[in-house]
Amino acid sequence: MQTVAEPLTTTGALREFLHALPGVDEVGATDRAAALSTRSIKNEAKAWAIDLAIRMVDLTTLEGMDTPGKVRAMCAKALRPDPTDPTVPSVAAVCVYGDMAAIARASVGSALHVAAVATAFPSGRASLEVKLHDVRDAVAAGADEIDMVIDRGAFLAGNYGLVNEQIVAVKAACGTAHLKVILETGELRTLDNVRRASWLAMMAGADFIKTSTGKVPVAATPPVTIVMLQAVRDYYALTGTRIGVKPAGGIRTSKDAIKYLVLIKETAGEAWLTPDLFRFGASTLLNDLLLQRQRMATGHYSGPDYVTID
Amino acid sequence: MTFEYAPALESRAIVSIAPSYGLFINGEFVDPTSGKMFKTINPATEEVLAEISEANQSDVNAAVNSARRAYDRIWSVMSGRDRAKYLFRIARLLQERAREFAVLETLDNGKPIRESRDIDVPLAAAHFFYYAGWADKLEYAGLGPNPAPLGVAGQIIPWNFPLLMLAWKLAPALACGNTVVLKPAETTSLTALLFAEICQQADLPPGVVNILTGAGDTGRMIVEHDGINKIAFTGSTEVGKSIQRALAGTNKKLTLELGGKAANIIFDDAPIDQAVEGIVDGIFFNQGHVCCAGSRLLLQESIAEETIAALKLRLQTLRLGDPLDKNTDIGAINSREQLDKIEELIKAGDAEGAERWTAPCEIPQQGWWCAPTIFTNVTQAHRIAREEIFGPVLSVLTFRTPDEAVEKANKTPFGLSAGIWSEKGSRILWMAKQLRAGVIWANTFNRFDPTSPFGGYKESGFGREGGIQGLSAYLQHANASDDQARGTS
Repeated sequence: MQTVAEPLTTTGALREFLHALPGVDEVGATDRAAALSTRSIKNEAKAWAIDLAIRMVDLTTLEGMDTPGKVRAMCAKALRPDPTDPTVPSVAAVCVYGDMAAIARASVGSALHVAAVATAFPSGRASLEVKLHDVRDAVAAGADEIDMVIDRGAFLAGNYGLVNEQIVAVKAACGTAHLKVILETGELRTLDNVRRASWLAMMAGADFIKTSTGKVPVAATPPVTIVMLQAVRDYYALTGTRIGVKPAGGIRTSKDAIKYLVLIKETAGEAWLTPDLFRFGASTLLNDLLLQRQRMATGHYSGPDYVTID
Repeated sequence: MTFEYAPALESRAIVSIAPSYGLFINGEFVDPTSGKMFKTINPATEEVLAEISEANQSDVNAAVNSARRAYDRIWSVMSGRDRAKYLFRIARLLQERAREFAVLETLDNGKPIRESRDIDVPLAAAHFFYYAGWADKLEYAGLGPNPAPLGVAGQIIPWNFPLLMLAWKLAPALACGNTVVLKPAETTSLTALLFAEICQQADLPPGVVNILTGAGDTGRMIVEHDGINKIAFTGSTEVGKSIQRALAGTNKKLTLELGGKAANIIFDDAPIDQAVEGIVDGIFFNQGHVCCAGSRLLLQESIAEETIAALKLRLQTLRLGDPLDKNTDIGAINSREQLDKIEELIKAGDAEGAERWTAPCEIPQQGWWCAPTIFTNVTQAHRIAREEIFGPVLSVLTFRTPDEAVEKANKTPFGLSAGIWSEKGSRILWMAKQLRAGVIWANTFNRFDPTSPFGGYKESGFGREGGIQGLSAYLQHANASDDQARGTS
């Protein structure tokens, strides 16, 4: 592993660093993910994992049809996911578009984090000035976490300096808000790109690296998440700083969520098994977690009519 | 609180083990004429699983005679299409009863259920499927016109992959029209005996497959029997040599698949995270009881330190324990005898000055276990770099240039397998040409497939199992003499 001697900001210096990272063998990474998915998590381990997964959810609504009513209902659910069972923990955060951040903040108070997607989400195709304005707006409205998108066009064109510059500027605009950097791995395509984009984002100041917007066909996958977990593990070894990971999109079942927890444990390590360092970006996952939790408590499935739809 | 996996045990209720087993001769289980029995033991608990018969000379005679009768009257004259029908049936039955075979293999051998379930049993079925497809197409295998079976094959298999080695041996032999007398290893006979039930269930004509249990003496009687036309042996180089001596001057054909000391070579441009997985698969798969195990890790010096650090981190996540637990990665060592041998070589490594590191595993009270171990500062002269350990023990050596890697990799009496890790395609191809090993993996390790030939150079044996090449070992054909001259048949 190389050392980060001085800030890498220019395209040339970044290219030299990122292209010297070890390659990722796609077949091997996919095999490793498949092997870890055969772990069998049962009984008390499963109950523990389900509660942790609930606490890691960024309960999300990112639709053109979002309304204040919808956001308030979702916030109520985020605070108290199962109205019939007070032992169910709250989720980590709610995740909304910037114009809904104020409503979300008013609904959850200081009990939960409010994450807002910004920087011309999901495409990121806007001028830096517009993106920064988007960020400042959301922070002013009460968001304490900003989910930004990188400029995938610039990244794929090899213009790493530009990608870096935008992340650095967004980080500055965040102030004290935490910055999650969305790599949109479904557009980066190769695992080599995922590794390089992860390092680029971490070195530019990301607090979290996030897989996807949920708006392109391929979202979070276990091999992509493994590569990102390896990146945060290696970055920690190098710098002593732990960066968080957030897979988003396509994780719908408790079984899937538990597989991700296994990936964390056996790739980055137990230190990442906390909502401070791992989140699930999801809208429907929470209901399946609640159904599984009810089943473990009562011994039978209650069915979808027994969880709220918010 | 930490994420502790709760026990996830595979139920052993699916398989019923008889208190004792006879010999499978002419389609039936019969008592051994010696009346002698020996115990087979679960290496994870030291519990006695069953009593197994010891075949003596008259049992061997009976089995060979039964195989000869079945060969002359039925199997060699049956059409290939009809032989295929039986082989397909066996393959399907293996799949249907896969869970049963996996649990039994794990109980008798000590390997993790994850491996017996996901690798041993599915691959065994795949070998039968593959060779069933060849049974009526032998004339088109590129071995010349009218290839003919050899006759009665004596097959002696090891304890590391009991059912899988049975499949590797039986499937091509039967597809080519030979009949068989097979002897499983004395510590792992149970899945072969369950396979005998499959033969009955498939209505395989009596005598086509005979299974004799016993130890080295029984094996020797099979090797020396005049009614045998072909010996196929997988096991230690030492026993392989004695078999070759015994067959010298006879016209019995022979294939040997013996030991190995494979080099797993990691270049500085390798995908390191996947290479670490490959190192783990290479030497800790099946507790290192693998003849093609990547037991010598050759690291390019410029990445040695970081790779060893990454490997140690990874080894701390390996889970050693109850082989029936679905989350177990490292199972039990198959026998006390094998554990003694491994421990003896570990002591030799210490004594010769290599630096030992052992993964922090809790070793169960009962049974035979060996925690994953790596030795660094190993030189070519050390015993642990030269001798096959056949256990979860890795010797790490370093190199500076590709030439040096080739030289070190080839400097061994063995030549079964090798692994190359590099993102540079041209280097992989160049290395593959230089390495004297029968199987070479690039950016992976310990991958098996029935379509791919497997076998060694030098003291790792001769002959190939798997693929079209695997047919050659069980047929008289126009190219056979060429193969002999090349030492590949």
